Amino acid sequence: MTEAELARFVIREARLIDERRLDEWYELFTEDAYYWVPLVPGQTDALAHNSLAYEDKLLLKLRIERMKQPTAYSQKPQSRCLHVLQTPEVEKSDAARGEFLTRTPFLYTETRGDESQRYAAVAWHTLVSSASGLRIRLKRVDILNADSALPSIQLFL
Amino acid sequence: MTRYRNDSRALQALVEPDRVHRDVYIDPEVFQLEMERLWSRTWIYVGHTSQVPQAGDFITADIAAQPVIMVRHTDGKVRVLQNRCAHKGTKVVYDYAGNTGKTFRCPYHAWTYRTDGTLLHIPLKEGYQGTRVNGAGLTPVTHETYRGFVFAQLADGPGFREYFGDSLSSIDNLADRSPEGELEIAGGCLRYLHNCNWKMFVENLNDTMHPMIVHASSAGTAKKLWEGKPADLPKPMAIEQYAPFANDYKFFDDMGVRVYPHGHGFSGVNFSIHSAYSSIPEYEAAMKRAYGEERAKQILGTVRHNTVYYPSLTIKGAIQSIRVARPLAADKTVLESWTFRLKGAPAKLLERTVMYNRLINSPMSVVGHDDLHCYRSAQEGLAAQGNEWVSLHRNFDAAELEKGELTCNGTSEISMRNQFRAWREFMQ
Repeated sequence: MTEAELARFVIREARLIDERRLDEWYELFTEDAYYWVPLVPGQTDALAHNSLAYEDKLLLKLRIERMKQPTAYSQKPQSRCLHVLQTPEVEKSDAARGEFLTRTPFLYTETRGDESQRYAAVAWHTLVSSASGLRIRLKRVDILNADSALPSIQLFL
Repeated sequence: MTRYRNDSRALQALVEPDRVHRDVYIDPEVFQLEMERLWSRTWIYVGHTSQVPQAGDFITADIAAQPVIMVRHTDGKVRVLQNRCAHKGTKVVYDYAGNTGKTFRCPYHAWTYRTDGTLLHIPLKEGYQGTRVNGAGLTPVTHETYRGFVFAQLADGPGFREYFGDSLSSIDNLADRSPEGELEIAGGCLRYLHNCNWKMFVENLNDTMHPMIVHASSAGTAKKLWEGKPADLPKPMAIEQYAPFANDYKFFDDMGVRVYPHGHGFSGVNFSIHSAYSSIPEYEAAMKRAYGEERAKQILGTVRHNTVYYPSLTIKGAIQSIRVARPLAADKTVLESWTFRLKGAPAKLLERTVMYNRLINSPMSVVGHDDLHCYRSAQEGLAAQGNEWVSLHRNFDAAELEKGELTCNGTSEISMRNQFRAWREFMQ
């Protein structure tokens, strides 16, 4: 797996969110995957410490299916988002085991109606090779001001 | 505008027995008066003593939109002080939490205070003779501690016991759920910015006519995702926590609601959305060892939904989480959500409350999103001139006006009426 291939995967992953292709996005995760947005810098514990989000595939599915419901009131009007990524760097690479870790700083904008919010964050992707290509085992997103009093963040960073 | 400050009759007229005028939610002058009267004369939650275990440990908070410090003094006792240097007004500490050692030292001119607020030192003291500073210390705030919960009262008002009365039984139940009878704040604080009036949140906690509507998309989807799964497959904790929000009207009506004087109350007199969680056998065993079978059963069988300690604190004993309203403006409130470790209980209990807090109270919660959408939507909708009133009429009975403590059906809007009766009393 080359650095360029890993970067291409991370870039495509963000694009699927931005284009609201969430069913396709969901398929990028392994069955045992987590999507994690910690609450404090350097957080190591997702179970005994609060996080903004720590979702397994069942909870990701719930979030995606909810957004399709006509009763998802907070999605009227719909939110939109855009990730502007810095080039992903490969932090760790274990070709023998097919495991990789990438680090991607990014700016994220989420809008809804007249409101707009912007975050600076770093995405850490733990990626694994599988028969059907690369998959995400963990996507960790460290928001620079995760511990501020924040408004509703409705889509996926 | 000073429409209400000097016109007590106009202020009182905002609250009728079964409806309130929209100005209680949207008028900046009413908000200011709320901070000066209701939020200053009543007992406001500051923090929990477990956040300041050692001498010098402190936390800071805004109560009644005023900055305070809760600190453990060298004598081992917790103090609440106004976070304002006697000199120029600078906050003497700015962090949310930390340890200040034996003194607070103002970063501006180094006026230095002991942790009980008394002045210790002013640099170059000559020249300051005759300075008119109020006791020259950090102003102490009246406070009381109940099972570790620290409440402060900024102005003259009722005594602590008189104010909370039997509603304290919900704090007891939360603390009793520890096999050691003690709680410890753990896992950090979720802080969710709400662009709405604080009362919209506080009233919603025992508004049991909304979950099946507002949370249909989240809880309803949770139910649907689990439908058709084999009965012997263990239900994930997340499904157990989400799904009951979609229960029907009968469920929430049968839960029952109880109100107390001064605006306090809870729903879930008989059972609640937390009643059907899977049992954790090693925890139940620890509770039986600590309390005996009968008492343990009684503690764990009390499964209240939300208890409101009006106006600032709301607690969920059954899931060990609390939410604290910190109002900043008529349309701006920070909600803090905290979780407790039950001392002597297995780790799984903390994981359960942390999961609940994350699923329900995080700025990324799909339950929170739909709630806040409705609050904000009301905040904007109330600008409409055609109807100046907000109805609280469901199951109104004129006889309730004569009663103090009262228990009734769970979908009554009695909690909101009861809160506004306290509001009217303290806003005089």
